[in-house]
Parts: sequence; C-alpha cells; structure tokens
Amino acid sequence: MEDEEIVKKMMFLMRKAPHGAIYSYEGLEVVLITAAYDQDISMAFTDDGVFALKNGQNTEGIGIKGFIKTYSALEDYDVEKLYVDEVSLKERGLSREDLIDVNLEIISREKFTQLLDEQDVVFPF
Amino acid sequence: MLHTVNKSPFSSSSLENCLELAKSGDAILLYEDGVLGAQAGNKSESLIQSACSKFSVYALEEDLSARGIQNLISGIKTISYDGFVDLVAENKVVPWL
Repeated sequence: MEDEEIVKKMMFLMRKAPHGAIYSYEGLEVVLITAAYDQDISMAFTDDGVFALKNGQNTEGIGIKGFIKTYSALEDYDVEKLYVDEVSLKERGLSREDLIDVNLEIISREKFTQLLDEQDVVFPF
Repeated sequence: MLHTVNKSPFSSSSLENCLELAKSGDAILLYEDGVLGAQAGNKSESLIQSACSKFSVYALEEDLSARGIQNLISGIKTISYDGFVDLVAENKVVPWL
C-alpha cells in the first residue's frame, strides 16, 4: 500500500499566560511533538497567551524551570509561523520590543480571523 | 485586611471585584498571574492607579521576574516572599481565587 502524504493546516491557539497554569508549556510541548509529522503548523498568540513571548523571564525565584528558550529552537523543527495578536499585546501594555528575539509576525484582528478560517484543525491551549 | 489576587485581570474579574469590595486602607497583593496586571501601559492602568491611592498595592517580585515584567504601573510596590509572609502574619487574609 502506498503512503498518501496528507498535510493539514494546524494552528495552536495559545491563550494562556505562562507559569500560572500548565497550558502554555504543554502547548509548546505538543507543537514540538506534532512537528515530527511534517504538517503545516502555526502558533497564534492571543489574550494572555502573548505573555509567553515576553522577554526577560527569569523563573528562578518561583522554583520552576522556564521554557522561554524553547521558542528559539522552533525554527529547527520547521515551525516558522508564529503570529501575535496586535490588540492583545496593546491591551497588556506590550509591544514588539517587549517580546523575545525570534521570528514572529504581529497581526491585525482581521488577519487573525482569516488565518483561523484557513485552518483544518485548531488546538486550544 | 490583606486581599490576595492570583488571577490575570485580563481573564478574570477577581481584581476588579476585590477593588470594589475591599475597605479603604487595606493591603492588596498581586501574585502568580495576578502580577500580569502590573505592567505599565495596560488597559487596566487607570483602574489600578486609582486603587493605589485608596489601598496599599503590592506585587510579588518573584512572580514579576518569572514573567519578565519590569516596567510597573506607578504606585505599585514590590515585595518578596519574605514580605508576603510578614503581610500574612500581620493581617487577616481574604483570597480572591
């Protein structure tokens, strides 16, 4: 039997802040796992999810291992589409300069809606 | 009275509710995701600034560092775990979970 390559558009919808709950960390883990299946993967950060990309995070004081460095490794897994909701950033007093130095695209709500609509599967975290 | 808030003001009404119901002069401590509201320039800034004139508003240093939040709304005081313990020892506590 011949293997049919089926590539789906999969978006990880990141809506939770890191450290206060496990979602943000787990979402990133699942992205890394899914990356092994050669799918068309993207991560979209909105609501408190945008805090995951805040620069200068140091988790030493709360006694947990941070995972901010993992975002820099995503490119090596061919996960290259990171989108950030412009409105959510602004509401939280943040801008591009407050985020880590990785390739990401800050997008309008209109663009967000369009990207969401294009997906075959959306995973909520 | 010490009021503790550990939820983001952007995803929960805990802080808003607490600010409406706490007594003038009370201490309010933001910790865990509660510190996300302490970032200067956010949409809750005016609410939190006016709260700072009515209450003593603190944010936990360790949680601020973990989240990379350095630029705080003026009027918010930072406090370490040791200070947290002192506040708890000195006050009755109302947790807003």
